[in-house]
Amino acid sequence: MTAVAREPLDAHVVEATLCAGGPMLLRGATHVIDDDGNRHEVERPVVAVCRCGMSTRIPWCDGTHKLLRPSEETR
Amino acid sequence: MKLPRHRGPLSSAVFKRMLGSRDAESAPLRVDASWPDPIDDADLQVTLWALYELHYRSFEDVDEAWEWCPELLAVREQLEAQFERALRDEVRSHVDTVVGATGDLADRLFALTDSFEGPSLAEHIERHATREQVREFLLHKSIYQLKEADPHTWVVPRLEPDIKAHLVELQFDEYGDGQPARVHQTLYAHTLAGAGLEATYGAYVDAVPATTLALSNAMSLFGLHRRLRAAALGHLGAVEATSSIPCRRYAAGIRRTGFSDDVAFFFDEHVEADAVHEQLALRGICAELVKAAPDLEADVVFGASACLALDARFATRLLNAWHNQDHVTPPPPYDAQVPA
Repeated sequence: MTAVAREPLDAHVVEATLCAGGPMLLRGATHVIDDDGNRHEVERPVVAVCRCGMSTRIPWCDGTHKLLRPSEETR
Repeated sequence: MKLPRHRGPLSSAVFKRMLGSRDAESAPLRVDASWPDPIDDADLQVTLWALYELHYRSFEDVDEAWEWCPELLAVREQLEAQFERALRDEVRSHVDTVVGATGDLADRLFALTDSFEGPSLAEHIERHATREQVREFLLHKSIYQLKEADPHTWVVPRLEPDIKAHLVELQFDEYGDGQPARVHQTLYAHTLAGAGLEATYGAYVDAVPATTLALSNAMSLFGLHRRLRAAALGHLGAVEATSSIPCRRYAAGIRRTGFSDDVAFFFDEHVEADAVHEQLALRGICAELVKAAPDLEADVVFGASACLALDARFATRLLNAWHNQDHVTPPPPYDAQVPA
């Protein structure tokens, strides 16, 4: 068996994944601060942060980018 | 839950057998019928639903030993063959179009879910549905939502480790992120209770038509066969990619017709959860699966298309009835005593 280095449990690794034409996925985040400085707690293992600016649940994605014309999407 | 009522000669024969002892001597069950529209046949769909249920939570009046009985599995196989053939026939043109197109598979699947033809149940619920139509919609959805995520969980051990990790990450959220009160099945039970409907697992199986049972049976078909694992994941992708925006509309319709935030909460939760899950399912799971095994692409698209086609049949059925001031399944009176 090959030994795989493990992160200590308290290590804080946050990973951001940009989805083409869609949100930014955040893994390992604890909270997101929006444009107005309000703090939003992360309550699930992966969250989707809005990138089109049109979500009704800012800072979270609510799928609204799919209703926009391609030119308005974040690419 | 008890075994459902039979809906025709097939379910009558199969259920009679299931209610007896497995050891009892009996003439062997035979299925020699063929159905012109297996998707819309209540006798076939309720039989399949009950045979699948042996693998989930089963029935208090049925011996657990029936689960792996070759005689019942042989019946199930024959029904599944007809159901699967009907599903493949129904969506063949969509599968050919998507598989024949070029570009990133996740983008093609998003395009498929955005453009699939069918009436919008969500738009009707948001703007026009009466309170009783909203309750009827919730009643039909109970058949699947009370076992939400379970059919896709069957697929986990059949996948390579990388895809498995992505699927379990998504399913962990479906099962409440380690918090029993947040399990989506439990959230749906609260929605039902708040809308004056029975929240018990399987409570409305006897009341709904084949079209509603078929939605749930397609997932069990895909989930229980390793051969169809790619279809199960494509199905999951389509469920997730057609959830966020509709759930926002369902929640708005639920509040518009006077129900409380408690009733809408299940749908509120799915707006944000499924905006995450659709990316995980289509990009992290379906596209990655096919990258490693390109011959699975057609089945991913088949599973996604089957989900969309069955949803379209369901929406058409409900909207047609509602258009004629009728119900497909009239919900029980709101003030009726709802058993705990």
